[in-house]
Amino acid sequence: MSTDSSTSTTDTASETDVAALESRIDELESELAELQGADDGQPKMSLIATKGTLDMAYPPLILASTAAAFGYEVTVFHTFWGLDILHEERSKELKLSSVGNPNLPVPNAVGALPGMDRVTTRMMERKIADNDTATVEELIGTALDMGVEFQACQMTIDLLGYDESDFYDGVTTGVGAATAIQDMADADVQLLV
Amino acid sequence: MGSEVNTMTEYESTQTLDVKGENCPMPVVKTKQRVDELAADDVLEVLATDPGSVSDIAGWADSTPGVELAGQEESGDVYAHYVRKTE
Repeated sequence: MSTDSSTSTTDTASETDVAALESRIDELESELAELQGADDGQPKMSLIATKGTLDMAYPPLILASTAAAFGYEVTVFHTFWGLDILHEERSKELKLSSVGNPNLPVPNAVGALPGMDRVTTRMMERKIADNDTATVEELIGTALDMGVEFQACQMTIDLLGYDESDFYDGVTTGVGAATAIQDMADADVQLLV
Repeated sequence: MGSEVNTMTEYESTQTLDVKGENCPMPVVKTKQRVDELAADDVLEVLATDPGSVSDIAGWADSTPGVELAGQEESGDVYAHYVRKTE
C-alpha cells in the first residue's frame, strides 16, 4: 500500500519535471535561434582614428580596406585630428611633423625651424609617389567602395569648427561616443589609432 | 620550362588582374573587388610586383570564405597569384 502510493507520487513528480524541462528546452532553443539570427556570421571590425598626420592617416585606412576585403563589416570612428582624414580639403594637405619624430633624419632643433614641416611632408609625399603607395584620397575612395563606414564624431566636428559638408560624400556624421562603444562591443576586432 | 607550360594550363584563369606597381593594400583589395564579379569556379590571375602580395594574398584567400588559392608563381619581378572562387 505504502509502496504503491510512493511510486505514484514519484511518477507524478517526474512527469512534472519532464514537462518543465521540455518547456525550458523549447525556450532555450528559440533563444538560440534568435541569437543565431542576430549574428549573421559576418565578422566586424571597429577602428577609432584620432590622429591627423600624414603617417598616421595610413594605418586605419589600410586596415579598414583590407578588413573589408576579408569580408569584415568595418566602421572607423574619426575623432579629434582624425577628422582631417575625412575632411575633403584637409585630407589632401596632411603633414608629417618634423619635430618629435626620431625616425626622421632631422634633429628636433632643426625640425623646429619655420617651414620644416613642409620639407619633411614633401619628402614623405615624394616617397609615397615613388613607391606607388596609394594616396589618402585613393584609400578613402576604395574603402568607401568596399562598404567601409566612416564616421565623423559630431562633438569634435563642432569643437574644431568644421561643417558636415566638409567631409567626403558617404561619410556618416551626427554620431558620438555611444555609437563607437556600440560598434566596439559588437566587433571582433577593435583598435585605437 | 616544361613546368611553366603545365602550370599555365593547371589554373585556366578566367580573367587577369594587373596590379603591377601597386602596393599594400591594393593587390588584396583589388583582388577582392574583382573576385566579387566572377562566377563560381572561375580563377582569377593576379599579376603583382609587390613582394608582400605573396603572403598577403595567400593569407587573404585562406581566411576569406568563398575563395581558395589555386597557386602562386614567381617569374622575374612578377608574382602571379591564382585565386579560385569556390561559391
